[in-house]
Amino acid sequence: MPDNRHDPDNRPFAIRTFEADVLKDALRKMWLIRRFEEGAEDSYTRGLIHGTMHLSIGQEASAVGSCMALTDDDKITSTHRGHGHCIAKGAEVKYMFAEFFGKEEGYCHGRGGSMHIADVTKGNLGANGIVGGGLPIAVGAALASKQLGRNDVTICFFGDGANNEGAFHEALNIAAVWKLPVIFVCENNKYGMSTSTERSTAVKNIAERAVAYAMPGRTVDGNDFNAVTEAVGAAVARARSGEGPSLIENLTYRWRGHSKSDRNRYRTKDEIESWVAQDPIERFRKLLVDHDIIDAAEADTIRAAAEAEVAAGIEFAKAGTDPKISDVTRYVHAEAKA
Amino acid sequence: MNVPTTVEKPGSRELSYAEALREAMGLALERDDRVILMGEDIGVYGGAFQVTGDLVDRFGTDRVRDTPISELGGAGVAVGAALTGLRPIFEFQFSDFAMLAMEQIANQAAKLRYMLGGEASVPVVMRMPGGSGTGAAAQHSQSLEAWFGHVPGLKVVQPSTPEDAKGLLLAALEDPDPVIIFEHKMLYKMKGEVPEGWYTTPIGKAAIRREGTDVTIVASAIMVHRALAAADELAKDGISVEVIDLRSVRPIDRETIIASVKKTGKLVCVYEGVRTLGVGAEISAMIAESEAFDFLDAPIQRLGGAEAPIPYNPELEKAAVPQTPGIVDCVRKLVGGQV
Repeated sequence: MPDNRHDPDNRPFAIRTFEADVLKDALRKMWLIRRFEEGAEDSYTRGLIHGTMHLSIGQEASAVGSCMALTDDDKITSTHRGHGHCIAKGAEVKYMFAEFFGKEEGYCHGRGGSMHIADVTKGNLGANGIVGGGLPIAVGAALASKQLGRNDVTICFFGDGANNEGAFHEALNIAAVWKLPVIFVCENNKYGMSTSTERSTAVKNIAERAVAYAMPGRTVDGNDFNAVTEAVGAAVARARSGEGPSLIENLTYRWRGHSKSDRNRYRTKDEIESWVAQDPIERFRKLLVDHDIIDAAEADTIRAAAEAEVAAGIEFAKAGTDPKISDVTRYVHAEAKA
Repeated sequence: MNVPTTVEKPGSRELSYAEALREAMGLALERDDRVILMGEDIGVYGGAFQVTGDLVDRFGTDRVRDTPISELGGAGVAVGAALTGLRPIFEFQFSDFAMLAMEQIANQAAKLRYMLGGEASVPVVMRMPGGSGTGAAAQHSQSLEAWFGHVPGLKVVQPSTPEDAKGLLLAALEDPDPVIIFEHKMLYKMKGEVPEGWYTTPIGKAAIRREGTDVTIVASAIMVHRALAAADELAKDGISVEVIDLRSVRPIDRETIIASVKKTGKLVCVYEGVRTLGVGAEISAMIAESEAFDFLDAPIQRLGGAEAPIPYNPELEKAAVPQTPGIVDCVRKLVGGQV
């Protein structure tokens, strides 16, 4: 928690930092993520979406809280569990659903699906199907910013699984040596597929690994919107002022399985329920109500609006256009200028 | 109105293959602030093969960036930088080391445009010193063109002359998609005429280095020079060999090769990569599937690398890849109806 002893305003960081409208919009995005993923799951169950998907239900505070200090010029790289990041960075759910339904109207014109969802115009360089794939790419985006004299920073989202990939270590080292404006945000949801961090990772907290790369490292309650905004916000400010990278570890939990094939043989019902009781959206809603940012009725209105937007998004996607079969090799290379 | 104009054709002078590459990079760095060079020991050391040479003195350490020995990380940084506005030229110290970076090359650079439905572009150039002949043995001598040529989204080129080394590197730099350029280490010191200024050699276009009527040899990189030496030898016997310099592994210039085989009726593919499942297999299959098939009057021949790693012993090393006498023998047998 922030040290407020000398601050006359001892309200939580998020409350004293952001305008009410911005906080309400954050709550809206968290609900939008939750309802979007439930809608995607439902569409999958009905056979409207094929393939697989990795849901981040339960991790909404990490996605939205981390992006609070970003502008549209800032970049993110995301993961296979990336729907939340996409919405947090400003994507519209109707184009996301269109992508999931494989339609031309989708963000990737139906070529990427859930695992490669991106919105480059908003600075989301894309989800990634390879664990750790986005880490060096994020460092490259930060290099481009620094080299070209821009002011944008890059948040690199990755999971606890990626922290044992070589790419993690190479990326953190290069970012530190070159003092690049990148923030490594590890969403530690305790399991890389079925393997717990206790069984996979030599350090107790992944943020400890920051020491090896001479950068600040912090572990925070990733289901606490306020804690996430405070920690990542400080790292964003540090990056933007040219002081280099940071590693933030958001401790969180995915309520659903790893993907649609998960039979949940590695977690207990009690463990899952204990995390559901730490629902990040409910905690944030309560924070806003307790500080008189909104009342219960307005919170319900925000939630209902998210539900309506998701329902409309699904209808938009259903009515979308299928790609032409003859276009199977389109987009492999840049198209010749007419 | 009669306005006298003097259009000076760009002059040319003799440069080495390495100097031609350096000149190309120098021009690019001068012309475009988005261009940066990245790689291991490319700065003050000048590159393991002295290709970047003194560029760091001219352009500084920000634009001629030594990376840590982190091939995966370094290549990925180049990919991310290309995705967001830079035009990086990434040097692998040896092409063998690109194995450490295959994830970023094959899964990321090659696929990002497609996965994102055309909404992203990765204009990165990756330079790869390849080939055998230096006595560096199995992990520093491979010819991996076919590995990269198998990946949609990549373009793969192999210059055999100083002129093409510069022209293909500048073409790669102008390309909006990732291009892999295989530079043959044994050609770095080769001299040749190189035009001054900015010019490009088209990617995907082969060059006929010698015209002939009896046999077509399709060769790449250093094998072009061995094929030309073989053609000289064979000419003494009255055998007329057409030598095609492939230049581009992906995309392959179908038109030039098919037209040549239709003319000569015989095809020998000569390449340094391992023979099986290599570039020669692709060219052979392409001819077998094309209208040139009916013009063949002898079986297609492939001369490629041995089914073994590159050995250390110098005589074994030579034996592991095609050499001029072997090309001569192969063509003689083919023309003599002994195949």
